[in-house]
Amino acid sequence: MKFAVIVFPGSNCDIDMYHAVKDELGEEVEYVWHDEADLTQFDGVLLPGGFSYGDYLRSGSIARFSNVMSEVVKAAEEGKPVLGVCNGFQILLEAGLLPGAMLRNQGLKFICRPVELEVVNNETMFTQAYQKNERITVPVAHGEGNYFCDADTLKQLEANGQIAFRYADNPNGSLLSIAGITNEKGNVLGMMPHPERAVDELLGSADGLKLFQSIVKHWRDSHVVNA
Amino acid sequence: MIKVKVHVTLRESVLDPQGTAVKNSLHAMDYHEVQDVRIGKYLELLIEPSDRPIEETVKEMCEKLLANTVIENYEFEVEEAVTQ
Repeated sequence: MKFAVIVFPGSNCDIDMYHAVKDELGEEVEYVWHDEADLTQFDGVLLPGGFSYGDYLRSGSIARFSNVMSEVVKAAEEGKPVLGVCNGFQILLEAGLLPGAMLRNQGLKFICRPVELEVVNNETMFTQAYQKNERITVPVAHGEGNYFCDADTLKQLEANGQIAFRYADNPNGSLLSIAGITNEKGNVLGMMPHPERAVDELLGSADGLKLFQSIVKHWRDSHVVNA
Repeated sequence: MIKVKVHVTLRESVLDPQGTAVKNSLHAMDYHEVQDVRIGKYLELLIEPSDRPIEETVKEMCEKLLANTVIENYEFEVEEAVTQ
C-alpha cells in the first residue's frame, strides 16, 4: 500500500508520519508538496500536524485552498482512506470534508502530553484493529483542539457512529470529549491526538500503530486477491 | 479603490475562552461593570472596483475564507473612493 504525506509550508509532523509508515508499518510512503496536482498513484492520504501557513487567519484555513486539496477531496470521494492529524484535522474541517470547527482550548493553554483515549467505534477502516471501548495512550500537542459543531451535527455524528475516539479526560473542552471523527462514509478520519508519535514503545506508547495497521488491513482485504 | 472593513466575531452560541480570560482580568482590575467580553478579528480590504457589486464579492470572500460560519459571524462596511 502506498501513502502520500502531504507537506504544507509550516507542516512539522510530516517526518514523524513518514517514519511511522515506512519504518514502523513497513509500507510505501512519499512526501507530496502542497502544490502537487496528482494523487492518483497513492492508495491513502495522510495530512500531518504542524502550523500550515503559520495558522494565519484560522488553523487550516489557508492550506485548505492549496492546489493539492482538490486532489485530496477527489481521493476522499473515491473512497481512499484520508487521515488528518492535528493541523491535518483542522484542514479537513476547513475543507468541509469533516463537519464542525476547532476553537481555542478551553484553558487557553497549548497542551502537549500523552492522553488516554477511548475507542468509541472500532468498526471503521481506521480502528478495526482496536477493541471497542479500548483505552489507548496517544500524545496531543495543540492550542486549538476544542471541537465544536451545532447540535444537529452532533446528533448525526453520534447516530452514524462517526465519533471514532473520545478523550478519557477531556483536556480542551471538546463537545462530548470528541478526539476524532470520521465522515459519514467512514473513509476520512480527523483526530487531534498524534498516532504517528505513538508507534513504538521507545516513544512511550505503540498504541497508534494499530490505527495504521487497520488502514492497511482494510485496503488489503478489499484490493488484494488471495490476501 | 474601495476600502472594506470586515469584522469577524464568534457566534453567540460559541464560548469565547479568550474573552472570558480578558473579562476576568478586567474584573481583577476592579472593572466589575464589565458583563461580557468577546474577542474578534478586524480586516481591512482594499478592492479595485469592478462590474460585480462589491457587496456580493465581499460576502463570497467572507463565506469562503475570511470567516468560518460554523463558529463565526461577519459584518462588513464599504467605504467608497479611497485614494491610494
